[in-house]
Amino acid sequence: MLESYIPIMLVLGFAVVFAMAAVFSSKLFGPQRPNPEKLSTYESGVKPIGTTHERVSIKYYLIAMLFIIFDIEVIFVYPWAVEFRQLFAEFGISVFVSMFIFLVVFELGFLYAYKKGGFDWD
Amino acid sequence: MIPIEYYLILSAFMFIMGVIGVLTRKNAIIVFMSIELMLNSANLTFVTFSSYLGNVTGQLFVFFVMTVAAAEAAVGLAIIIALFRNKQTVSIDEINILKW
Amino acid sequence: MNIYDLIFYLFATITVLSALAVVSTKNIIYSAYNLMLTFFGVAGLYVLLGADFLAIVQLIVYVGGILILILFGVMLTNKVNGMPIHTEVTNIIPASITIGLFAGIVLAFFMNTNWKSVTTEFPATTIQSLGKLLMNEYILIFELLGVLLLIALIGAASIARKQ
Repeated sequence: MLESYIPIMLVLGFAVVFAMAAVFSSKLFGPQRPNPEKLSTYESGVKPIGTTHERVSIKYYLIAMLFIIFDIEVIFVYPWAVEFRQLFAEFGISVFVSMFIFLVVFELGFLYAYKKGGFDWD
Repeated sequence: MIPIEYYLILSAFMFIMGVIGVLTRKNAIIVFMSIELMLNSANLTFVTFSSYLGNVTGQLFVFFVMTVAAAEAAVGLAIIIALFRNKQTVSIDEINILKW
Repeated sequence: MNIYDLIFYLFATITVLSALAVVSTKNIIYSAYNLMLTFFGVAGLYVLLGADFLAIVQLIVYVGGILILILFGVMLTNKVNGMPIHTEVTNIIPASITIGLFAGIVLAFFMNTNWKSVTTEFPATTIQSLGKLLMNEYILIFELLGVLLLIALIGAASIARKQ
């Protein structure tokens, strides 16, 4: 049963080895002569202002939150869609209606966020 | 075949780690992460029993737990952010206006 | 020891070590990344237990969603001009008493229970049976979860919105 996961394990192992090699080979083989100018933050040639530990805007949080809610929606729609043909043969239109109610309830939240200006970018 | 006890020990360990985090850490976000750890250990127990008893219902319940966890993440972090905006801190020691 | 046991021990070690690191590191960003490793290890264990769809969902929802949200929470509650927040530990003595009691109770239950397990042939993929269950016995819970998510969305959007 687990044999079908061998390709995934291979890709995973290859990714880890490749990332390690890419990061550490330059440390291992390249010359290292750091000075303060080289180590400073690169800001397109201008002198950097402040630190990089800036607080990000709340707008991004709203986007991330909408993303996670719709992520959850997908995990419920997926098994339903895979099994739809058999369920439809068994129960008829009510399978479709129950998912439709779920999605309509969901889109009410989407509509709310839209009306509140959750998608406006300033 | 791995005996069922090994999985149960593992999830009990994760749950106790979560309890330690909730009880001893000060930062509200780390407390939050510990709660996620505890939910994950409950999920692992569900899947273990589902697999060892040959019943898929346990896996469906993991779906429900995940949905609750996502809703909790959205609302909980929104509360933490609103708190930070009002009090400039996320340390749960300093959020004590309701303390008697 | 065959290859299945080896895979189990690999993922169990990842899970245990990173769960330990989540609650013990001082830096909150390290905690978040160790939480990602924990989720990953649990996803591996799901694969080993034959819950293939759930392993994918674990990666999509927890690693791809909830962890991102937590990292956003970290970035949004940073001090404006300072280093990342280092958080200290509190309540050591009462907490260790409580945890000791709790762990003892869990251990006692664990020792005194005769865990039952039947060896049934598990289906190759569980998506079909999940879809069937979702549309039959648990249809009411399914619709109610829609309402729960709606409430969560509205609540979070109105709490976090800029005044």
